[in-house]
Amino acid sequence: MLSRTADHLYWMSRYVERAESLARLVDAHYRMSLLPHAPDTLQLSLRSTMTALHMEEAYKQRHDAIEPRTVFEFVSLDRDYAGSIFSCLRAARENARAVRGSLTSELWETLNSTWLDARALITRRAPSPDIGHFVEWVKERSHLTRGVTIGTMMRDEAFHFTRIGTFLERADSTARILTAHQSDLVPGAGASQVPDPYQWSVLLRALSAFEVYRRVYRDVITPSKVAQLLILRDDMPRSLLRCCKEVYHNLRSVKNEHSAETERRAGEMHAMLHFTRMEEIISAGLPRFLEQFLARLHDLSDRIASDFLLPPAEA
Amino acid sequence: MASKPYNEMYLGDSEARHQYLRYAQWLKAQPAERLTQKRAEADALFHRVGITFAVYGQEEGAERLIPFDIVPRVVPREEWIRLESGLKQRVRALNAFIHDIYHDQQILKAGVIPSEQVLCNSQYRPEMQGVDVPGGIYAHIAGIDIVRDDAGEFRVLEDNLRVPSGVSYMLENRKMMMRLFPELFSAHRVAPVEHYPDVLLDNLRSVAPTGVADPTVVLLTAGAHNSAYFEHAFLAQQMGIELVEGQDLFVRDEAVFMRTTQGPQRVDVIYRRIDDDFLDPLVFRPESMLGVPGLLTAYRAGRITIANAIGTGVADDKSIYPYVPEMIRFYLGQPPIIGNVHTWMLRRKEDRDYVLAHLPELVVKEVHGAGGYGMLIGPAATKAEIDIFRKQIIATPDRYIAQPTLALSTCPTFADQGLAPRHIDLRPFVLSGRDVTIVPGGLTRVALREGSLVVNSSQGGGTKDTWVLES
Repeated sequence: MLSRTADHLYWMSRYVERAESLARLVDAHYRMSLLPHAPDTLQLSLRSTMTALHMEEAYKQRHDAIEPRTVFEFVSLDRDYAGSIFSCLRAARENARAVRGSLTSELWETLNSTWLDARALITRRAPSPDIGHFVEWVKERSHLTRGVTIGTMMRDEAFHFTRIGTFLERADSTARILTAHQSDLVPGAGASQVPDPYQWSVLLRALSAFEVYRRVYRDVITPSKVAQLLILRDDMPRSLLRCCKEVYHNLRSVKNEHSAETERRAGEMHAMLHFTRMEEIISAGLPRFLEQFLARLHDLSDRIASDFLLPPAEA
Repeated sequence: MASKPYNEMYLGDSEARHQYLRYAQWLKAQPAERLTQKRAEADALFHRVGITFAVYGQEEGAERLIPFDIVPRVVPREEWIRLESGLKQRVRALNAFIHDIYHDQQILKAGVIPSEQVLCNSQYRPEMQGVDVPGGIYAHIAGIDIVRDDAGEFRVLEDNLRVPSGVSYMLENRKMMMRLFPELFSAHRVAPVEHYPDVLLDNLRSVAPTGVADPTVVLLTAGAHNSAYFEHAFLAQQMGIELVEGQDLFVRDEAVFMRTTQGPQRVDVIYRRIDDDFLDPLVFRPESMLGVPGLLTAYRAGRITIANAIGTGVADDKSIYPYVPEMIRFYLGQPPIIGNVHTWMLRRKEDRDYVLAHLPELVVKEVHGAGGYGMLIGPAATKAEIDIFRKQIIATPDRYIAQPTLALSTCPTFADQGLAPRHIDLRPFVLSGRDVTIVPGGLTRVALREGSLVVNSSQGGGTKDTWVLES
């Protein structure tokens, strides 16, 4: 398939996944804001999350204090900020529109109507949209998009590039959310000596892992088990291991004559996560581990771009 | 307007023409609310599917629907048979003409068309002189605009031989009608149009460079911001071919390749939907980012087919249009089956004198204008507008032609106040390759404003489904 087509498909699914990840984060914090809590707990979590997602600077240019309601609206609806959920939905649709011929019409119509509805919602004068409903809706649309992708697309290159985009983005998102909460994951390493139940719920909910945790461990929530779940569990859909496994397998299905090294590196990341024990990660330092992971992920996406998506001229 | 326009549906006030008998009965039996609800349904569906066109000069992402009218335009079988043979004849002659002017120029030597009309035309491409194209076919896809005059006679208003668009609406309008009113299709034998993409692909493959057994065809678009992008994406998808932009292609050793995830892949036929001027920055506009550097070299070497060919614009220019009936006689030795609209050529003194004395009755068109721009409709124009045109005609008469204000036929159409007659035209799509083929039907455009004669979508026109009846 055309490299440019693959590029649009890849970014289309990255943006959908990113919108969902952001919606999950907003949703988790929004729920927290509705419960009785120490105000600085919420603030602290919002701040570290925005830092991990590189959103702080853009936020500061537009707003003064970190105030939950303002942050929620900024992350969800700000149409001028390229990193907002709204902008992600627009970017997903723009990428889809550029290759609508390579999508099934069901998939295109899903993405297009998501965008049309989001735009109608945001251009409506009053009342301003309810954030809780909005993020809930974004998650549903993302589920629907993924379902339509899996349910209607042929298992060809187009599908594999779509999946690579999804799982690279998801790995990135999980790693960043873990980064934002790393102080809670390593006992004694950060500000909160005693694990804060609110923080846990944010972290786990943001990764759809709250119920999974209960089912898997049937135990009180402990930092190392949370980390174990989100990094090393193969059966946890948003864990780093699971995402890397999916990237690796989809990458193998689209290999070309230049991509051997990229495939090797993806395989190496997968193997590393597959065979590492949690104790090793903790003793080497979780922050360092996450930092390295993100760097390798970044390298991998660069390599995918140059091998497949934007090959140099006259390759 | 002097005479009463031809009504496509009714003979008198309420007596339906034979092709509309059953439809008119059905229409009468429909509750008004049902039709209103169906119209809203059509709108919502077109939006969701994204059958929109981009509007230039508006904020990014501004996309509009082309209004769709639910009353079909019905063409009876006997009229279609005549139209079809007339269209094939015309397009054969036009292809022969383009081949001739880029080779021996017999028609110029015979004095049928003044040489300077062709050779000094800005659409004449000297780069094409002596270049042989597969099958001698230049206009592989032609959109011929047909109108029906007050006497009920079909006439050709315009030939579109560069990158005619609108066929996606022909297909989507049919799909929409079948979805909204399936009962109508069991009551009528409407000739199918759904196979157009197959016929088009087959046609494009038939003109691949010689020796290519299994040609790769691509559709070249200017990109997602082009006004006709929906159609480009739609046709590429329907044909199962790649939709490429200039940046996806490159030329190496006089052959054209596309950049794919599996490395470069050879391309044999380009169905291009961008104008000549943008095709190759090395030859035409150097600043063009839409084209492919070196494309013309590959083309002249016969390594790639471009459809439509480069340089077809000289044949659909309004200054050449008046000569098409002569071309048919010259190349085919036949009388034209479908006539032209009478046209005054303002570079001729006697024509000019007549036109200048009758401007308020006439339509004046710029020779190179398209899309309903650069046009004066005398009866609808103010005195000031007429004066502006008068001055321009006197200053540069070569740039204009004039035609009588045609009473285009009308078809009942939904307006704010309910059904009312609106003027329509018809654009059938004629495909030339190994054979000349026409899918029975075309795009019917309708001028939605009362009394308006301008059917272009950029000027407030809408579309209708076109039914050619099989019996």
